[in-house]
Amino acid sequence: MAIRVVSAESMEIRVSDDIVLVRQAVRKKSVALGFGLVDQTKVVTASSELARNTLDYGGGGKAVLELVENGTRSGLRITFEDQGPGIPNIELALTDGYTTGNGMGLGLSGAKRLSHEFELWSKPGEGTRVSILRWK
Amino acid sequence: MERIPILKMGEYLLVTIQVDMHDRLALTLQDDLTEQIVKHRAHGVLIDISALEIVDSFIGRMLASIASMARLLDAETVVVGMQPAVAITLVELGLPMKGIRTALDVEKGMTALRSALLEAGHDGDSSGIR
Repeated sequence: MAIRVVSAESMEIRVSDDIVLVRQAVRKKSVALGFGLVDQTKVVTASSELARNTLDYGGGGKAVLELVENGTRSGLRITFEDQGPGIPNIELALTDGYTTGNGMGLGLSGAKRLSHEFELWSKPGEGTRVSILRWK
Repeated sequence: MERIPILKMGEYLLVTIQVDMHDRLALTLQDDLTEQIVKHRAHGVLIDISALEIVDSFIGRMLASIASMARLLDAETVVVGMQPAVAITLVELGLPMKGIRTALDVEKGMTALRSALLEAGHDGDSSGIR
């Protein structure tokens, strides 16, 4: 069933404090949607990982928080976008423990595991867009 | 600059993290704590994370580094008070919290520290905490 966007909010990710702001905004929306505490924690943690990736690897960008529904369920979709160097090998980037930075290489793979739906688009030289969705 | 307070209790240091930490604050804590371990010749560090609503890979890595650094400085670290939802999320995230001792609360953490110190050959006599 097609996903309909109920509302959307965009946030800039430019400095490390913005990661905290994204976490807080995602928390607020997941509470408003009626997510249980474990689901809230999962979606906030996944967002924190992806927001940090946007900053550290993409050189900053934005997060778009959307309340969505597909006719039967409502959910929270968060899309992270940057115009950074992009990911040359997506499969490799999704491998646990693989990192080109000084992290632990868990950001993408961990965020994927913590979400119901996960989409990754990236083109070297153009940027990266990662989207996670958690249904209620 | 914003800082997380480090309290001295006998030969232990107690850190209670009560704010949603931004990355710089986490790194400052790492520096401050290693400094305080040496300054007070502390043999144990208790980190209370009961107020933390999430632990992502950055904070998890910071906790693991603190434990490793403390060990090099002859101090044991126990992380206490992790919320159940945080534990569930950490496992799914795939974060290996290797080398980190945990306990349910500060009291159990103290007991864990004491036995860790006995193992390590410190009897904890000078602490006055029994």
